[in-house]
Amino acid sequence: MAADLSGIIIAPPTTMARAAGAYRKFRRWPVIPLFLLGLVVFAGLFAPLISPHNPEKGELKDRNIPPAWLGGETALKLVVERLSINDRGSQVTLRDALVINPNAKVGDQLVIVTKPAGSTKFLLGTDHLGRDVLSRIIYGARISLIVSIVTLGVGGSIGVVLGLAAGYYGGWVDETLMRLVDIKLAIPLILIALVLVITLGQSLAIIVTVLCLFIWPRFARQVRGEVLQLKNMDYVSLAKVSGASTARILFIHIFPGTINTLIVVATLQVGIVILLESTLSFLGAGVPPPTPAWGSMVADGRDKLAGGVWWISTFPGLAIMLTVVSLNLFGDWLRDKLDPRLRQME
Amino acid sequence: MTTTESSRSRSEVGQVLLEAKNLKKYFPVTKGLLISKVTGHIKAVDDISFQLRAGETLGVVGESGCGKSTTAKMMLMLETPTEGSILFEGQDVHHSSAAVRKSYRSSVQAVFQDPWSSLNPRMRVKDIIAEPMVINWNISHAEQQERVMKLLNDVGLNEYHSNLFPHEFSGGQRQRLAIARALALNPRVIVLDEPVSALDVSIRAQIMNLLKDLQAEYNVAYMLIAHDLATVRYMCDWVAVMYLGEIVELSPVHEMYTNPSHPYTKALMSAALPSHPDMEQEEIILQGEVPSPLNPPSGCYFHPRCPAAMDRCAVDKPGRTELAPGHSLTCHLF
Repeated sequence: MAADLSGIIIAPPTTMARAAGAYRKFRRWPVIPLFLLGLVVFAGLFAPLISPHNPEKGELKDRNIPPAWLGGETALKLVVERLSINDRGSQVTLRDALVINPNAKVGDQLVIVTKPAGSTKFLLGTDHLGRDVLSRIIYGARISLIVSIVTLGVGGSIGVVLGLAAGYYGGWVDETLMRLVDIKLAIPLILIALVLVITLGQSLAIIVTVLCLFIWPRFARQVRGEVLQLKNMDYVSLAKVSGASTARILFIHIFPGTINTLIVVATLQVGIVILLESTLSFLGAGVPPPTPAWGSMVADGRDKLAGGVWWISTFPGLAIMLTVVSLNLFGDWLRDKLDPRLRQME
Repeated sequence: MTTTESSRSRSEVGQVLLEAKNLKKYFPVTKGLLISKVTGHIKAVDDISFQLRAGETLGVVGESGCGKSTTAKMMLMLETPTEGSILFEGQDVHHSSAAVRKSYRSSVQAVFQDPWSSLNPRMRVKDIIAEPMVINWNISHAEQQERVMKLLNDVGLNEYHSNLFPHEFSGGQRQRLAIARALALNPRVIVLDEPVSALDVSIRAQIMNLLKDLQAEYNVAYMLIAHDLATVRYMCDWVAVMYLGEIVELSPVHEMYTNPSHPYTKALMSAALPSHPDMEQEEIILQGEVPSPLNPPSGCYFHPRCPAAMDRCAVDKPGRTELAPGHSLTCHLF
């Protein structure tokens, strides 16, 4: 019996369906994350060309200037009633502060600016030493890029190779490596970093070494878990039956199966690396001071947040957050693309 | 290809190609957390011997856990026997030079049960099929691809399939791909470990026919591991029945199905569905479970479940008796 289909109306897509469609389109080609990551990479590569000021030098008189779109605040007007003269000129005493104005006369009006207005000269304002926040963020991108790329490259590779060996060979190799991973969990990284910095001096190379020591176990453990699963697949046995060498089995049959997880781990690790690097910078064990790093910039502005000077910390913090979120979205997208089983789906 | 043609002429059908002699595989059972101590052995395969002849098929049947797959793994050099040897053209493959092992590896290939895990999901079909050639043969990429196309045609697939990934195929097609890969090196022996068990009933016959056709074309010997008696009857020339790591009965296929002699074989045969629903057949229902291979019964391993057990069976382990040429079994009744 054929069903009567005449009464069926095909409904127009609902708002939900349209939103889902837009989301799928977004997932297919993650425009915003790619744009932001592109911006970070571009900033890192061409920092000297695009940054408006020297990131390491600033005028003290320009300190704590807010971002361009913020106006100044209440000008306090005071009339000078009494002067105490000393060798530096006339002094006006205002409770705790001392304003030195050599030309002050009784009856003058002094205008005390409690908050300077933003200017287009410093788009994102200046920090407590009068350095341009925007320029420092642009240069900071460079440090973050170098630190995360080198750390992930070196630490990640070490972790992957050791994880492959541990998972594939098992036995005492596995035992030894996994106990090393456990040891790492018990070692206070920051203490080690401080000791290294005190004994060897502060430098980028040391930061990277410490961070590598910190991240390889995560890769090793992740890869090991995947290998344990993959090495029992029939195609691995069949490769052995065909006479494939151990290297071939590991790098052609097993390693590609771990890439998806590695990408996810790596993107999450970038965030962790950036945060760790900032922790170390804050403690004085990071990138040496005048060099701008996002982490140390957040630390610089930390104690000024209460005083309303929020931009020193907020903008580098925002840069970290957007970079990490973009990396996560991008990593997700990449994982979907790399898995041929998902490639067909839309 | 000249190399492959010369290999063809080396063996006549029916000539003994591969021989397993007193093969044993014991897995140690350990106890203890820090200092582990071997407390016993699981006798997965316990003293089995069989022969595989060129161009013929040997079926191995038995319940799960009887050692069929371990035997296959030893044949494929994925496991090393605890004792005994596998002779391939007279040479002991597990105790010989790397060159002999390498040539054995390229002569003995395999097709496994699960077509979903036997193909690397990240490789294209052409790379999967060509891999054995890449490893073992020193031929150009073009020659490899030419052979891949021939193999695809031989297993009933098309040339355009070569650029696809495994997930784009059905179970039956995947099994065809696995067969094509197994044939890539022109092997002398293919170990088929339950090659059709995972497939739909409608596809099974196709794959079995394909395997038979390819056997004739490539003159390859099969060792077929199965639990489906109908598959074995259709495919095999010889059948070995395994129980708890031992071959309890070994005979030509016709003899096995018309005159099963060992009580276990009889029970196994009676458990299979008859070919016609109206057909009446005596049903032998075995009591109890398969004993643990860690602690097998005394005497004949089958005696606790055997309907014909005698007092002697609990004490004496039966030796191998030859009923007819090629038909041997281990039972005190004979």
